[in-house]
Amino acid sequence: MIEFTMPALGADMDEGTLNEWLVKPGDTVTRGQVVAIVETTKAAVEVECWHDGVIHELIVPVGQTVAVGTVLATLLEAGEAAPARPRPSGRRAKKTHPAETPAAPAAVVPTPAQAAAETPPHRRRWVSPAARRLAESLEIDVDAVSGTGPQGAVTIHDVEHAAASAKQPQTKPTAADRAAGMRRSIAAAMSRSKREIPHYYLMQEIRSERALAWLTARNADRPITERILPAVLQLKAVALAAQRFGDFNGFWRDDAYHASGEVHVGVAISLRGGGLVAPAIHDVAGKKVDDLMSDLMDLVARARAGSLRSSEMSDPTITVTNLGDQGVDAVLGIIYPPQVALVGFGKPAQRVCVVDGGIRVLTTMHATLAADHRASDGHRGALFLAAIDELLQRPDDLEK
Amino acid sequence: MTSVESLRADILSVLTTIAPEVDPGEISDDELLRDQVDLDSMDWLNFLVGIHKRLHVDIPEKDYASLRTLADVMRYIEQRHDNGAAQ
Repeated sequence: MIEFTMPALGADMDEGTLNEWLVKPGDTVTRGQVVAIVETTKAAVEVECWHDGVIHELIVPVGQTVAVGTVLATLLEAGEAAPARPRPSGRRAKKTHPAETPAAPAAVVPTPAQAAAETPPHRRRWVSPAARRLAESLEIDVDAVSGTGPQGAVTIHDVEHAAASAKQPQTKPTAADRAAGMRRSIAAAMSRSKREIPHYYLMQEIRSERALAWLTARNADRPITERILPAVLQLKAVALAAQRFGDFNGFWRDDAYHASGEVHVGVAISLRGGGLVAPAIHDVAGKKVDDLMSDLMDLVARARAGSLRSSEMSDPTITVTNLGDQGVDAVLGIIYPPQVALVGFGKPAQRVCVVDGGIRVLTTMHATLAADHRASDGHRGALFLAAIDELLQRPDDLEK
Repeated sequence: MTSVESLRADILSVLTTIAPEVDPGEISDDELLRDQVDLDSMDWLNFLVGIHKRLHVDIPEKDYASLRTLADVMRYIEQRHDNGAAQ
């Protein structure tokens, strides 16, 4: 039996409300499939399941708010037999998946967590015909209803209760509610960051004419739907540098730094109407710029529509923020815990520079690093920023 | 050939897809669009992609800088249509 739990959805998210189940008992799920929608203050998160298996039971009903780590559902592995339990005849029996056909109950030794989940009397055992009819008329998934009758039987009252709570998330939180909730989430995460993380900041002026000229030439040949933005080159350069400088790509947890093997770059996205999210683009170092561009457009669109995936919320290993469009020269950011670094980019602009003893006007921008001094030192930070600079001077190498 | 009013409505409808908080009635033709609407470079690209898809005008990147107001965008699209440059 596999336990499918509420994933971590970022530092500022310790609970979520189950909004919708997209699967039902008996359904086969594959690794990465979106199985539920969980409402948080920042988005309606599509929660992915990272196991292959068959849904055995949906434990958390729609409308319930649960903490990260709570078992949402149980799955059977391929070929695993379900623990037998009394089943009513009729529709339920037809729905039974082959893998769920009876096994000797004594043979199944529940894990402690599973045993705990078995104890509460809300486990459904039997659904009264009247309750089932009512559920059908109200379009309630009776499999997801907690029973409070004898042996956990689902009664009419339970169905009414489920219908009432199912209605709640459908009455969408107002924009003001959501904005207030998001403010609280950001306040919590940023306060924690400033309280716990000893930040240090470095800034480097980067000549950007080469990257910008390369982009102009590349975009000139392409239809508008295939053009890329400078932000994509920045993401790729940060990712490649983070791959080389592992002390900026990972998490500070339990008083120790844990480097991540993969580079999932969180992108700070401001939301219309206020607030921001910083969901991840996965495996940025290994992606071509064209793919990164479409990933970025897709991510921004979904972030602003309030629909993100759980892995995007939980996976960023380092974050990039770009406030250049708003005209600022540089951004000194606050690290998103448990990450240990944030790279910021300002506006590219013409500036007077001294090159080889002569004065020239060049297009430059400022790259900044905010890093966690527990995990790295300024010397390494300077090398990391220099690596980003050096990569941005070789746009051809960023394309691959 | 699109009439001026419907062209204007089409452009505003693309704009409000990208910036839903915008009241199309409040947009003035001759003020800078970026001063009236909070648009970052991705929003701007999405706006032009929307124009491309809806009005079948491809806008080369070198022309971006000349499109600063709603009137600029309308003029530009009319010219492209007149020149038969529509794709």
